[in-house]
Amino acid sequence: MSFITGVGLTSFGKHDGSSSLDLMSQAAQAALDDAGLKRSEIDGILCGYSTVSPHIMLATVFAEHFGIRPSYAHAVQVGGATGLAMTMLAHHLVEAGVARHVLVVAGENRLTGQSRDASIQALAQVGHPDYEVPLGPTIPAYYGLVASRYMHEYGVTEQDLAEFAVLMRAHACTHPGAQFHDPITVADVMASKPVAMPLKLLDCCPVSDGGAAFVISRERTGEAGVRIRGCAQAHTHQHVTAAPALSKLGAEISIARAKEAAGIAISDVRYAAIYDSFTITLAMLLEDLGLAGRGEAAARVRSGHFGRDGAMPLNTHGGLLSYGHCGVGGAMAHLVEAHLQMTGRASTRQVRDASIALLHGDGGVLSSHVSMFLERVA
Amino acid sequence: MSERLAGWTMGEQAVIFQTCSACGHVQYFHRAFCAACGESNPREQRASGKGRVYATSLVCRAATPEARAHVPYNIVLVDCAEGFRMMAHGEDGLAIGDSVIAGFKPFAGKLVPFFAKEK
Repeated sequence: MSFITGVGLTSFGKHDGSSSLDLMSQAAQAALDDAGLKRSEIDGILCGYSTVSPHIMLATVFAEHFGIRPSYAHAVQVGGATGLAMTMLAHHLVEAGVARHVLVVAGENRLTGQSRDASIQALAQVGHPDYEVPLGPTIPAYYGLVASRYMHEYGVTEQDLAEFAVLMRAHACTHPGAQFHDPITVADVMASKPVAMPLKLLDCCPVSDGGAAFVISRERTGEAGVRIRGCAQAHTHQHVTAAPALSKLGAEISIARAKEAAGIAISDVRYAAIYDSFTITLAMLLEDLGLAGRGEAAARVRSGHFGRDGAMPLNTHGGLLSYGHCGVGGAMAHLVEAHLQMTGRASTRQVRDASIALLHGDGGVLSSHVSMFLERVA
Repeated sequence: MSERLAGWTMGEQAVIFQTCSACGHVQYFHRAFCAACGESNPREQRASGKGRVYATSLVCRAATPEARAHVPYNIVLVDCAEGFRMMAHGEDGLAIGDSVIAGFKPFAGKLVPFFAKEK
């Protein structure tokens, strides 16, 4: 058994003068404080990567900087799925008795530490160096390709996709730490600058500075008990050119495995924390995971299903689209928010019942998937 | 191992693909082996350049100065007649399902495959 005993999250947006290590440290301290643990009690560290400050041994760089001498430490790289992949590994490490308290941490000054061009260029390198990158695609273009096909096969429209941006912005408006606080409409999304059609600026997550951290422990350290009930992964390809058909993507495979590992059905889920790098990502994942029928996710947004007071509250902090995206820490914010919801600490964003949460992360171009169920235990 | 045929990634005006002599698997990304069964030395061939559009995305925001000079440009995935999928550039206005044929165009200092609607 494993518990998420503490969570920490910085605000996202501009953190002028903060390095990646500063943001990681800030989030890690918050997670330790939340868990009620001292540095000396942490015996495992897993960390993500920083595109601003790449290092072949970031976990030990961080451990030394933060003042921890762990018995287990290394970095993990699975793109946007890294946060949940680290959490899954931490779960298995504490279950196997390798460590008692694993600190999972990521942070990056991606907005102020490098130019937007540098960020876009660094991320485009997930493409094939010989067969894709020379063609000048960007991450939005990889997802734009997927979007064009998904819209073609399932009759989804650009207006449908815009609904997800509007929802995430509405949620961000209720969180003081979010990067964006101005409400937007479907018309605003439709009128925003074209980036990689059919994706426009407001269909895309921003580049942010920020950090996030959790502690995964063998036993709970306080009253709140949030347990990792089960998780699984699926990796079908790296490059969009080599992606399988839409009906055979990894999200469906990983959720089937996670349901089996957890003994949980989608109908048991009360809160959803789903990766949303682009509006199309969120639309597809909701449908792949079974949180909406094929081509029906946008209609569910319109009916309020995914709102704070809806049947399946989704990314109540605003997601990558509007809380922000600082790299690995970006999708970790989804877990932090799920934890706050599950422990009744989400202030004005608090939902009625978050007893069972489904989390899902995606790395690359729908290449790597991690699905995870969290459960509140009394 | 047989000599590698030069395709557009090596500066030639050609699209090259591989077919496994053991299991018949067709692959586009060059390897010394078949990714499906592991058999070495898949047979290399020049593709006809014919195919059908699988997906499109018109790039309006590029990340490098070299690419920005070409904005907007249409990135397409094409299902080629020989049974593999490739990424390329394409004419503006190409729609999913269109029959297309490959040519080549300069882009950011390189010659890249460019698909036009088959007449």
